[in-house]
Amino acid sequence: MGPAVSLVGLTRDFAELRAVDELTFDVVPGELFGIVGPDGAGKTTTLRMLAGVLRPTAGDALVAGVSIARNPEGVKHHIAYMSQRFGLYTDLTVRENIEFYADLYQIPRRERPPRLERLYAFSGLGPFEDRLAGQLSGGMKQKLGLCAALIHEPDILLLDEPTFGVDPISRRDLWLIIHEMVASGVTVIVSTAYLDEAERCDRVALFHKGRSEVVERPDVLQQRLHDQVLAVRTDQPRRARDLLRKHPAVRQAILFGDVVHVTLAESAADWPPARDHLTAHEIALLEERPIEPSLEDVFIDLVQGQEAGDA
Amino acid sequence: MNPTRLWAIARKEAIQLRRDPRSLIMAFLLPVALLLFFGYAISYDVNNIEMAVVDESGSERSRALVHAFESSGYFDIVEYPARYADVDDLLQRAKVRVVMVIPPRFDRELAAGRDAAVQLLLDGSDANTATIAQNYAAAIVIRYSSDVLLHARRFVLPVEAETRVWYNETLESRNMIVPGLVAVIMSIIAAMLTALTIAREWERGTMEQLAATPVHRLDVVIGKLLPYVGIGLFDVALAIVAGLLIFGVPLRGNILLLAGLTLLFLLGALSFGMFISAAVKSQVLATQVAIQTTYLPAILLSGFIFSISTMPIALRAVTYAVPARYYVTVTKGIFLKGVGPEVLWVEALAMIIFAAAGLTLAIRSFRKELE
Amino acid sequence: MPEAVRVNELTRKFGDFTAVDRVSFVVERGEIFGFLGPNGAGKTTTIKMLTGLLRPTSGSARVAGFDVGREIDQVKLNIGYMSQLFSLYHDLTVLENIQLFAGLYGVGNDRFADRRDWVLEMAQLAGHQDRLTGELPLGVKQRLALGCAVLHEPPILFLDEPTSGVDPISRRNFWDLIYGFAASGTTVFVSTHYMEEAEYCHRVAVMNRGRIIALDRPRSLKAAIQEPVLEVTTAAAPRALEVLRDAPGVIEVTMFGRAVHAMVEDQAAAERQIPEILAAAGHSVESIRPIEPSLEDVFVSFVHRSGGTLAE
Repeated sequence: MGPAVSLVGLTRDFAELRAVDELTFDVVPGELFGIVGPDGAGKTTTLRMLAGVLRPTAGDALVAGVSIARNPEGVKHHIAYMSQRFGLYTDLTVRENIEFYADLYQIPRRERPPRLERLYAFSGLGPFEDRLAGQLSGGMKQKLGLCAALIHEPDILLLDEPTFGVDPISRRDLWLIIHEMVASGVTVIVSTAYLDEAERCDRVALFHKGRSEVVERPDVLQQRLHDQVLAVRTDQPRRARDLLRKHPAVRQAILFGDVVHVTLAESAADWPPARDHLTAHEIALLEERPIEPSLEDVFIDLVQGQEAGDA
Repeated sequence: MNPTRLWAIARKEAIQLRRDPRSLIMAFLLPVALLLFFGYAISYDVNNIEMAVVDESGSERSRALVHAFESSGYFDIVEYPARYADVDDLLQRAKVRVVMVIPPRFDRELAAGRDAAVQLLLDGSDANTATIAQNYAAAIVIRYSSDVLLHARRFVLPVEAETRVWYNETLESRNMIVPGLVAVIMSIIAAMLTALTIAREWERGTMEQLAATPVHRLDVVIGKLLPYVGIGLFDVALAIVAGLLIFGVPLRGNILLLAGLTLLFLLGALSFGMFISAAVKSQVLATQVAIQTTYLPAILLSGFIFSISTMPIALRAVTYAVPARYYVTVTKGIFLKGVGPEVLWVEALAMIIFAAAGLTLAIRSFRKELE
Repeated sequence: MPEAVRVNELTRKFGDFTAVDRVSFVVERGEIFGFLGPNGAGKTTTIKMLTGLLRPTSGSARVAGFDVGREIDQVKLNIGYMSQLFSLYHDLTVLENIQLFAGLYGVGNDRFADRRDWVLEMAQLAGHQDRLTGELPLGVKQRLALGCAVLHEPPILFLDEPTSGVDPISRRNFWDLIYGFAASGTTVFVSTHYMEEAEYCHRVAVMNRGRIIALDRPRSLKAAIQEPVLEVTTAAAPRALEVLRDAPGVIEVTMFGRAVHAMVEDQAAAERQIPEILAAAGHSVESIRPIEPSLEDVFVSFVHRSGGTLAE
């Protein structure tokens, strides 16, 4: 079985700006794949191209084996796409929205009740089926978007920042639905700007300025900086940070409240000289402990490494 | 095209229409309001012209003349100033538009069989009304004079023209206006109704979602048209009933023929609005374009107000590209003349071409694709 | 001035809806005070009352020692306010925006040149003062907006979701600036819905449904979680999650990659029971270990404790 989605030099320009720059990677069937990066990194543009609603400037992508450049309409039978902005009708009820999409995908009437029942079961939307979509909370709206997208049981699900601005509890519910889909064999590509969310994916592509810096499992990414990140509490947090930043054994020092997160240049062996540097400046260390690097640490490390390489 | 998807789009559009007060007002209230407004406001007939009379003669003969004015229905005598000096003030403050001054010797001169003069003062600031009032007044005075002559000398006038006006016997401009008005209003409303539909979906972000489904663009465009065709037909029916009942306009032709040709016209006008909506993708801009491209041409170049045959050749050529022109001819023809397909086939053909062109443009300009 | 902000039973109603419900807290001078909560929790309404944009329904608040109800003009002289990025005019140049805000805040001619140069340097815009603001990258715009909000050197700074949509590097640079302000004595009041971002604050008030459900240092909040969080790895994690969701002693479950994170009532009991429960359902547990709760876990835990429902 070939890849579910395969990008080959996928590129998109908007006038002068290159929004997506020669992306090449594969997504395996049944995978939960994260596209992770800040606003403007090219996440939405990439997903729109994969959904067949935006033409690439160059390159191509095969989605379920269909070329998005040559046959964008052919792609649409295999996928469901949920745009970042709420894309359903606020003046239709929950039920009417879902039925509308069921009609568009020509789901036979007799198949609808069990599907609706299942969608209502995991979204909790059942009691609200006669409510206008515009009167749902942010989290509920996103769940409705997912239900409408899933009514035709697609092979591939494309989700553009489904959890943006949603409260943490709804966010967890949404991820449960996504994992449920993955468990039933659907390939899911999801974008997010929350780096902590990327840890929920099987593999992630870290996007920065239209390019995919790396495609890897989140734990492998975190492993890259294993043993290299420490949380250090001192009596003078700002001064400690400034001193550590200038120290050759330290790659990064970031202040979180009164704690400095220190990323060491190579390994844990770099720490003793840096610590001595602090004590030599009469800074008292109150606490130091290794911590697991966050994906944000990894992201910054990668991007800064790449930009240093560019310069 | 696929019936399930087409129907899904049409049904969704109808539900949304039903829940949107703005659209409902535009679809159902605006046409009737416009019909009443224009029906009463636009009129070439001048009735009840305010008039003042200074009767310095005060005789039986002068009173007969005044009575002739009064009973004509064209004039409303609202003031009897005692002195000639008050006349100026009445005209200046536009209390009256016409003043008749009957001099003291009026009765004497007539009794003596001599010419008697009366003075008519007209407010020329509204030249149109002044001219019409002058003609009416002259006619009444001539009629009065001939009565005087006949009475005195027992003459019989050798030739008397007996005029009959066909199609609009009473020459009421309302009969001419209302059928044309139905056409003009529908060409404005139709384009405005559909100009919003596609642009709204782009603006609200629902089109991006729709574009990612296998729905064909034919399904989207035609499915969206269907509810509006229904509304358009309803509007025309409403306007016709209002025309018949409120304005007393006669309907002489075949109502089914009118319905059929109306459908053709609506298809063209609605598709044109849809084309604008798909092309500009913004509700505000689409509404403006729809008004600009339909309102003035429909009013000025359709033959509704200004007769096309008296236009300069260049302008006359332009009128052929105005769909309202054909529909105005159709409504006037069917309402007033009762003509059938043997006469209106040219217009029917033109409207088929417009409908086909409108639909093609709408479908071609609508893309399931972002930019 | 001992305290920068003192809020007492502050309440705001919109019709029947109570957006902010009897909120009380004190912010010390030089402190970075965070307001954490989902959209609709009441963060923005509270900030609007403290900056004099909205009248409280009841309760009182003093900002820089002045009452927000009666001494609103003095309050406004003592605060800077940055609401996302909306305050900048995109069709003005960088310099024109600085001039506009200097005028609005009454920065005198004698101080203007100094403050202008300070903002340009801080926003790394020296030499770019004639560029149109709309053309700047988001991270730079944000620094400029911050600079404009503090042109008049206010002792208290209110930031309403200042880093929405900004990339992580710009965000860290932004926080460096905030720490700089705090070190020089400025009090910073910041709202955010990014759980990660709350870690930057000295103290965090967790808001939900108009009420403060927890208020402490981020570290203490995490330590205060009585419910331990366990990471359970198993072959079919989503199915296992379904089983655990309704298991006794399990408060909440969520997925991370192929692992299940379970918030449980008692660690020892759960470590024993969970493998048994899963085995009974046909799942074998590969590993089970306690992990450090995230601030998201903190939020979920406190919502759970305060009655279990969220802002609608």
